[in-house]
Amino acid sequence: MVEVPIPKEKWTGKIGTTIIGATAEDGGTRGKKVVIGGETGMPFLSFEGSIVNRPAIAGEVIDTLRDYPLLARKAFGDAVEDPVQWSKAWVEKYGVDLICLKLQSTNPEEENKSPQEAAETVRKVLAAVPVPLVVYGCGHEEKDAKTMEAVSNIGAKERLLLGHAEESAYKSIAAASMANNHALIAFSNLDINLAKQINILLTDFGVKKENIVADPLMASLGMGLEYSYSVNERIRLAALMGDSMLQVPMVCDTTIAWKAREATEENDKLGDVDVRAAWWEATTALAALVSGADMLIMRSPKAVEIVKKALHELLGGD
Amino acid sequence: MSCSEVIEVPTAMEIFKLLPKKNCGECKFPTCLAFAMQLANQKAKLEDCPYVSDQAKATLAASAAPPIRLVKIGTGSNAIEVGDETELYRHEKKFFHPTAYALIISDSSSDDEIKAKVEKAHSLRFERVGQLLKMDMIGIKNDSGNAERFAAVAEKVSKMTDLPMILVSDKPDAMKLAASKIAAKVPLLHGANLSNAEAMAAVAKETKCPLVVYEDTSLNQLADLVAKVKTAGVEDIVLDFGAKTLKDLIEKSTIIRKISVKKIFRGLGYPIFVYAGEGERAILRGLISTMKYGSIVAFDDIDPATALPLYVLRQNIYTDPQVPIQVKPDLYAINNPNEKSPLLFTTNFSLTYFTVVGDIEKSKIPVWLQVIDTEGLSVMTAFAAGKLTPEMVAKALEASGAKNKSKRGEIIIPGMVARMSSKLQELTGLKVIVGPKESSGLPKLLKSLE
Repeated sequence: MVEVPIPKEKWTGKIGTTIIGATAEDGGTRGKKVVIGGETGMPFLSFEGSIVNRPAIAGEVIDTLRDYPLLARKAFGDAVEDPVQWSKAWVEKYGVDLICLKLQSTNPEEENKSPQEAAETVRKVLAAVPVPLVVYGCGHEEKDAKTMEAVSNIGAKERLLLGHAEESAYKSIAAASMANNHALIAFSNLDINLAKQINILLTDFGVKKENIVADPLMASLGMGLEYSYSVNERIRLAALMGDSMLQVPMVCDTTIAWKAREATEENDKLGDVDVRAAWWEATTALAALVSGADMLIMRSPKAVEIVKKALHELLGGD
Repeated sequence: MSCSEVIEVPTAMEIFKLLPKKNCGECKFPTCLAFAMQLANQKAKLEDCPYVSDQAKATLAASAAPPIRLVKIGTGSNAIEVGDETELYRHEKKFFHPTAYALIISDSSSDDEIKAKVEKAHSLRFERVGQLLKMDMIGIKNDSGNAERFAAVAEKVSKMTDLPMILVSDKPDAMKLAASKIAAKVPLLHGANLSNAEAMAAVAKETKCPLVVYEDTSLNQLADLVAKVKTAGVEDIVLDFGAKTLKDLIEKSTIIRKISVKKIFRGLGYPIFVYAGEGERAILRGLISTMKYGSIVAFDDIDPATALPLYVLRQNIYTDPQVPIQVKPDLYAINNPNEKSPLLFTTNFSLTYFTVVGDIEKSKIPVWLQVIDTEGLSVMTAFAAGKLTPEMVAKALEASGAKNKSKRGEIIIPGMVARMSSKLQELTGLKVIVGPKESSGLPKLLKSLE
């Protein structure tokens, strides 16, 4: 019989691992920590390298519903009114690995909640669910500096993943992460060189590489997904070829899929809108995973369910 | 089968070994080695050597063939071409022949059901950024086990559709009857397996139709069967390795693509067919195959709500990385604007356009959006390259009659091109409002104008 060769690449590089969440033995209160990264090959090719850590899924919780689509609320009902109830629904009903808490109410041009109020929300969510937390500010540079400092302190022993540092604003959030040994998201805007640049800036500043998770900006299906797909692939390839400044796990925020009009518009010709929106996000998420994501931040429980099924099969289940 | 199936891209030395080593000079080069070097650089033709053996010819011809065979299915403008890919990753160049999707109809269905399914296949199409996204093929499956029924349904459906067809049966007599009825449409025959390969290959050869080779135990078995079918005289081959799980699908598809394009192994250099079935598992198979090297994906059923994301994924993945998707330069009405609604402009780079539209829609404020033809460049890049000038904006506004649609006498321009303000004001007579540098700032600006 013909022997078909298995084309195993001899990669010299390896993706580092990042731990999110701290259990009692590390002084925290999480039931379980989440470990991401560690790959020694391209995604889902067991012949290239074993996948040590299943990609993790974080459920999105926002502390204001100002910009949250009505369509997405259906799955949670009134729970979305309260970050604690919302987080519990994610963990207890939909089995996510982490909660991603976006503190958008701190936006000085909107609700302008104080850093202390925001930190209090973080404390309540930490008390209500056993999973590790990803925490974002509102995207306003000066305000985020204060908010994330308060968040860092209130979750001091919990090893949060703080979002995010970018080239134009990284020092205060890097300091907030270093103060209490939290992990940190390094954001870059769809460009492999910028992805490397922010990692260099952060490590020069003193952040340990094992504390960094890269966010190269996932674009939605139909809104530039192909750019993200290729940037992600190039980052992963460069890392495996030995570029140590790109050897960090990757997070992709697929809630961006809800910005695509075709995902959420009521239009009979395009089929059931609930199904379509979920698959729009699931497709975006699958593209993120296949191109190298180690962690997803997701909005739709139905999309999470689909992605979990896909992951189950991709990692060797029936 | 010998290891001669495993052929790397031949070097001059490897070619030299296959030459007669007579140094006769009849090829116009002084020595066989010199000739080999020219061959390796594709600057000479093997035919120039009068003494080369048939075996050497065959070996060298095989290594010159495209790594993945181009297979054509159907005829006319709807014909499908699959295969002939050269890259593992789209950023290396591009993926050339988009995954084709097929809807399969059972020949056990009633005539009404068959008609409805053909109509469904035809209705699963969407117009998107200037491209028609559609179901590409219709297949007929021989569930009835009856050769006459299979042939009758195939013939009937072939008259109802212009789409290329697939015939699915493992019975050579049924396949022969059906294929002979619609051979002029060049359907894809699915297919040959371990027990029917010889007879199926004969049908494919006789009807001149491409043939799927199906074997799900291992790629080794599949390669053996492909060799057998090829020896029987069939060239247009499509592979179906019967993926059991998504892991199986992504791994085997990757192995086949990689060993083929890297010319590590030539025996599986053919397009890949995936029978996805129906339901959520089928969509997942379709999505993975679209990203990872699937050429044809067949569904027993699929709905618009899942077909659209699948089609759009294909559109995204198969976009030429060097040629960004462009939207049609035009005046777009967003959120039902009237003459009191503000006027904005942006470029026709799809990513820019979608982001801007998304942010405007989020604001729920009605707006007229003028899209300028910048050859698919983003605002900053176009401006820097001289492809977004105040003259071009003025001309586009004139051509679209934008000033008659929005009568505010104002135009909001991207913050990145604030420098064109005074010139644009002079050319158009419109008051220029400099917008935010990032489109995420648009809702706030629009609210402030209300």
